[in-house]
Amino acid sequence: MFRPSIDSSAAHRPREGSAWGWMPDLLSRIAADRGDGAFRRLFEEFGPQIRHYMIRHGADAATAEELAQETLLAVWRKAALYSPAKGTPATWMYSIARNLRIDRLRKEICWQELSDEVAEAAASEDAAPDDTASERQRQQRVHAVLAALPGEQREVVTAAFIDGLSQSEIAARLTLPLGTVKSRLRLAYQKVRAALEDLK
Amino acid sequence: MNTPISRHLDGATLMSFAAGALAEPLAAAVSAHVSMCGECRDQVRDMALVGATLLGGALAPGGRVAAPVMPEAPVLAEAAASPRRARARALPAPIARRYGLAMEDIEWTRLGPGVWQHRLALSPGARGDLYLLKLAPGCRLPLHGHAGDELTVVLTGAFTDASGEYRVGDVQEADAGSEHQPMGDRNVGCICLVAAEGPYILKG
Repeated sequence: MFRPSIDSSAAHRPREGSAWGWMPDLLSRIAADRGDGAFRRLFEEFGPQIRHYMIRHGADAATAEELAQETLLAVWRKAALYSPAKGTPATWMYSIARNLRIDRLRKEICWQELSDEVAEAAASEDAAPDDTASERQRQQRVHAVLAALPGEQREVVTAAFIDGLSQSEIAARLTLPLGTVKSRLRLAYQKVRAALEDLK
Repeated sequence: MNTPISRHLDGATLMSFAAGALAEPLAAAVSAHVSMCGECRDQVRDMALVGATLLGGALAPGGRVAAPVMPEAPVLAEAAASPRRARARALPAPIARRYGLAMEDIEWTRLGPGVWQHRLALSPGARGDLYLLKLAPGCRLPLHGHAGDELTVVLTGAFTDASGEYRVGDVQEADAGSEHQPMGDRNVGCICLVAAEGPYILKG
């Protein structure tokens, strides 16, 4: 059975100025102009990361490519439905990729709803410029928290979010007590939560 | 009916759920709680941003992903489905939808005096257990411990154990090593969704 190794967390240190920083802009543009340029840009910017994510979860190259395309096509199709109230577009893209991974690679029931399916999904609203700005702000805050996380916390967070390892799998992999894994995840959670508190 | 939810999910559990890294039965219980709790729903959404940021920052060797032929046009904003309000049926929407189940159709299996269970099927490869548990008023489960994490979400009524009272929407997290003996509310009993990572350990 394929077991992804936990690689050095440095590889997942958020890159400054990465494409994801301006993702709200890109998705707003897709929603607005729906041109071929925006479409290709979407695949150029975000395809490789999603493909790599799938490969880390045991997908062969062809499957990983297919799942990356499927993720981005879903983003494209739903871009017009995008509303900032439902989460940032980056969140949305990650959620689609995560759900496809659970469904296709882990072959389990996916209990995470996509944000646009969440119970009180309201009618889509146009993203007001200041909504988009506050999204960028949210992303920047999370980016800053993750960049400042002590290595031992980042390692555990990366193992969960990128490698999809359960808490007990992380404990076994890092030879840590389960309680330590839980408390590191909890500490990171509290920091992210505190950083976003005033942007509600 | 709508008492505020006072017992929420642990931060570590929210993180693992947002990461898609919880065992399937535990994820089911989290989704049930989240469907009843706006606060935890917001937190799950926020935590997915952690995944998005890490994914966006990943070095991605292995080249590009070809853009397929562009679809005609993105589907325009459809009239959003009318908001799903909590219906009279008390099963949380994700559970009702997945299992095509309504509270009044559940076929209960009697486990003992005042204790009934209805097991919910998991994927073939999934580990753990997922089931609905009904406790008659004042009836107790045997004292038990756990081999792994266990989540209990109250769907109707309430239960109490040594750690206090749990009411509709509340979630209780127990981990390996902890022991408890929940008792159905003296007046109305309770129905809960229980998710366990490992087997019960009965304490006699």
